[in-house]
This record gives sequence, structure tokens and C-alpha cells, in this order.
Amino acid sequence: MATASVSGSREKELWRRLGEVNDPELDEPVTEMGFVERAEVMVDGSVDVDFRLPTYWCSPNFAFLMLDGVRKALDQLSWAPDYRVKLHDHMFAEEVNRGMAEGKTFGDIFAVLAEDQDLGALRETFRVKAFKRRQEAVLRGLKAHGLTDREILGMDLPAYDVARFEPGEAAKQKPRYRAALLERFPDRRPDDPVFVTWEGQRIAPGALSAHLAELRGVRINMEFNGALCRGLKQTRYKELDVVDGEPTLVDFIMDRVPARTAPTA
Amino acid sequence: MYRTPEGKDIFVVDGHTHFWDGSPENQKNIHGKQFIECFYAYHTGLSPKEQLWEKSKFEKYSADDLYRDLFIDGPDDVAIVQSTYLKDFYKNGFNTIERNAEVAKRYPERFIVNGAFDPRDGEKALEYIHFLKETYNVKGVKMYTAEWNGASKGWKLTDPDAYKCFELCDKLGIKNIHVHKGPTILPLSKDAFDVHDVDHAATDFQNLNWIIEHCGLPRLDDFCWIATQETNVYGGLAVALPFIHARPRYFGEVIAELLFWLGPEKILFGSDYAIWTPRWLVEKFWAYQIPEDIAAERGVQLTDEIKEKILGLNAARLYNIDVEAKKKALASSPFSIAAE
Repeated sequence: MATASVSGSREKELWRRLGEVNDPELDEPVTEMGFVERAEVMVDGSVDVDFRLPTYWCSPNFAFLMLDGVRKALDQLSWAPDYRVKLHDHMFAEEVNRGMAEGKTFGDIFAVLAEDQDLGALRETFRVKAFKRRQEAVLRGLKAHGLTDREILGMDLPAYDVARFEPGEAAKQKPRYRAALLERFPDRRPDDPVFVTWEGQRIAPGALSAHLAELRGVRINMEFNGALCRGLKQTRYKELDVVDGEPTLVDFIMDRVPARTAPTA
Repeated sequence: MYRTPEGKDIFVVDGHTHFWDGSPENQKNIHGKQFIECFYAYHTGLSPKEQLWEKSKFEKYSADDLYRDLFIDGPDDVAIVQSTYLKDFYKNGFNTIERNAEVAKRYPERFIVNGAFDPRDGEKALEYIHFLKETYNVKGVKMYTAEWNGASKGWKLTDPDAYKCFELCDKLGIKNIHVHKGPTILPLSKDAFDVHDVDHAATDFQNLNWIIEHCGLPRLDDFCWIATQETNVYGGLAVALPFIHARPRYFGEVIAELLFWLGPEKILFGSDYAIWTPRWLVEKFWAYQIPEDIAAERGVQLTDEIKEKILGLNAARLYNIDVEAKKKALASSPFSIAAE
């Protein structure tokens, strides 16, 4: 029993840590996107992770950032286990898995694949996008609550922290925006406004609509990717439920559907 | 022709269609297999359930399927069929101009066949553009900047070799350059679907029309910015439009942005057949209204008049189609009877 509860709590810790790894392009946890196909604590305490992206063609740079995130998450596990991470069905799976088996760092493996791409700059781009997307969700939530633009833009952190939302996007993004804000502006004072631009500029009440329009552009792009990736992931990895006893997409993919004449209507 | 529920006939030009062979017999390697599987995932991920095809049909469909889905069951009047060779992935190419021209020969009044070339072929690319013009009299080309070519995994519209090709296109009157700028997949070092090269190319080649397929999504903001500045940049709706089914509110946000930035004259319908068939897309599009709050925020509406432009009139303008003459010609063709 004792062993079972230890492994159970380790399993929980493992998933919690993995849940902190975001798809950098979407700013959503890789666990929620379903990219972690399997994460298991073995009998000897070591950890096995199977990782799979929605398409064979997913950008290697993004794959790198996520796998690097996974590695860092595993490094933080309290029992410091050995671990194996395996990338499946990706155009560079072989190179990545071989490199990892040889004990190379992700940086070394991907330096070859990514040539001159500046991953530091890429990370920064994604940090900006995440900041903006989270901010937009909270701003919209506050507007929906009936707060005036002036009230919203006058908010400081203590006021922000007592705000409550119904379950939804604003509620989900509220703590995440807080984290992004403090990461971006570690030296901010408690009474500084909570909603500022990425550059740290205050937003005038008259400029909030234009600011929101800009943020929306960022969200539209991120949502496109998110929706597409989810759709592709589902289709590719056979997670769909059987609907009304009819063949599912999985059946089509697995070629289990008998040929029939095409619908004429 | 699409007849609306109110009984109005709408002229439809489908700006982005394919006649491919992605079958296992034609696949050269694992990349060819994965490429068609990725397309199939788009198909299954964004289509209504009743529109799904079996995989084997999706990999390779017949000329009859194509004709029926576009023009008999489907509402297209004219389809622009694009060429994408992918010779590093497919033995006979994925979707070559030869294959397209063969089917177009059977129904010349229905198809506009576009070519494709690869600037990385240097002198050979220039010769090939001459060949395309002389043999097929192409009015447009499809540029797939992420296509592999030996060691190269992508190119940019601004590459010097590409500029030589566009100069020749301009000279020969190949006016319509369709550029795939879509979701991020490959290649390695640079993002070949980044839209910024469009900006330079469009400025430097004012005589050419730059039709950006998939509106640059997921780089819609970059694309809108460029298309607003450049009068000769257009947005093709392929891949964006199917969201009308899976996530209609999201589609509303995308189309509102496009209308706000580009205006109704510069947006083109494209089904991306055979990833999606045009009938359900056109029906849903005609029935669609932008959600009120989004329309109010952006100050745009998707009126019937605008829908008509997007569905056909805008593309007709780019390809010099005389809409009234075409309608008459098609009305007297035997196939329109078969469609009843």
C-alpha cells in the first residue's frame, strides 16, 4: 500500500510538472493539448514520457522549445529520477531521439537542425504573444462585468486580486496574466497599474478600444493554431468517441470503413 | 451556379482547387505519405461528418469525382486548379499541370489551369515558365515556398532567382501569383510561410496580383497590415473558411478583420478541394452573419452584395472572366442539364 501511494503521488507530481510546460505558440499546456501521449513512473522510479505533436510537419523549433520545457520539468521532480523522453512520428524524431539517447543537450541536437535560427528571439516573441493574449482575456472579462474603461485601467494589483469571474476564459487567464505581468515587470510597485502595454506604457482610457483591437489580432492567430492543432491531434491520434454507432474518423483513418458509393446529394 | 434560398443565382469562381494523386503507389517516401495524411487530417478535422471521404478516395479521386463535386453537386461555375509538384515526395508529382490540363481539356469552359515553378532551378525555371506559357497559356501560378528541393527546404519570394522569374511572368502576362502562406509546418531554419516577403515582392511587381492563399493564417495580423498597404495583394479564404462549421464565431472574427483591413474587393473564395468540397462551404457562407458584437466592434457587415463579390466577382476580375458571357455559355452546356 505504501508503495502504491508513493507511486501515485509521484505520478501526480509528474503530471503537474508536465502541465506547466506550454506550447509556446499557443500558450496552452502541452498536457491539455494532448501532446503528452504517455507519462509513467516505472517500478525503479525512473520516468518514461512519450511525446507526440499534431503533425509530422510541426516546426522543429517549436518541438525543441516544448521538449526543452519537458526536460526542465522533469529535472525539477522531487525524487530526481532518470528519465527517457521519446518524440514520435515527427520528421526529426529519429535525429532527436538518437541525440537524446547519446546524451546530447537539446540545444546541440537542434542547433544542427535549426541552423541559424535564434531560439532566444523566438522565445521572446512567444512571451510577448502570451502576455497579450492573457491580458486580452482578462480585459474582456472585466468589460463584460460592466467596469468602465477608466476603472479597468486604474486597477492596481490588490484590486486585481479581489476580482472574481465566472468559470471561463477570463477566470482561466487571470492568474496566468498575473504571472506574465510579474515576470515581465519584476520591479513594478504594488500600486502601478495592472494593465500596461508590453513595453510598459500606461494605456489611456480613450485608447483602450484600439489596444484591444491589436490584442485581438494576436489572439486570432493563436486561436487558429490552437483549433487546428487540436483538430489534427484528435484526428491523428484516434481519440474521438464513437458517435451514434457510426464509423468514426478513426475508422476512416484506419481504413476500417467498407467502400460505398459516394453520396449523391 | 449557386442558387440562394431566395432564388438568386450567384456566380461562383473557386479560386483554389486541386486534382492530386497522393496514393501509396505514387508516394516516393515517408514524406509523401505524411503529406497526404496531414491533408487528410485537415479534411477530417474541419469537415462536417457527412462530408467525410474514405482515405483511399481522398488519396486519389477520379476526374469524374472532381467534376461532379465542383460543378454538378457543387456550385462552382469556374474552378482555378492549382499545381503543386512536390517531386521530392511523389514519383509522378503530387498535382502536376499535366494532370490538371488533362481534365481541363475535357471541360475547357470550366477550368483555369495554373502552373508552378521553382526559382531554385535557376535558368531551367525560366525556360519552364516559357514552356508553361506556350503550352498551357497560363494566367497564373501557384508558389509553394516551403517545397523541398534537394538540400533546400524552402525559399522566399524575395530571393534573387525568384525575382528573375517574376520579371518573366510580368513580361509574359502571367499576372496572378497565388502564394501559399498557411499554417506553420516545416521547413528547418526559416519560416517559409512567413508573409513579410510578400510585402517586398508586391511593391516591386506592381503589375502582378499577389493572391495570398490561407490569408497568411496564423499570421493574419501581418498579412492584413501588408495587404492594406499594397493595392495588389489579395486574400484567399481556403482553410479559413471551413472554420465556419467547426467554430463559426471564430470565423466571424477572421472575416471581420479581413473586411476591415482589406475591404470586400480583395477577398477570394477557395474551397481547397479535395480537402473540402465547395457545396457546403458556399451554402454555409451564404447563410452566415458575423456575430453582432464583432460586427459592431469592427464596423463591418457581411452583406449579400459582399458575399457575391467574394464568391466569384473578385476572382472573375483578376482572371478577366466576362461573367455575363460565361453564364450564357455555361447555361447552354449539356452539363448544366445533368446538374438539375
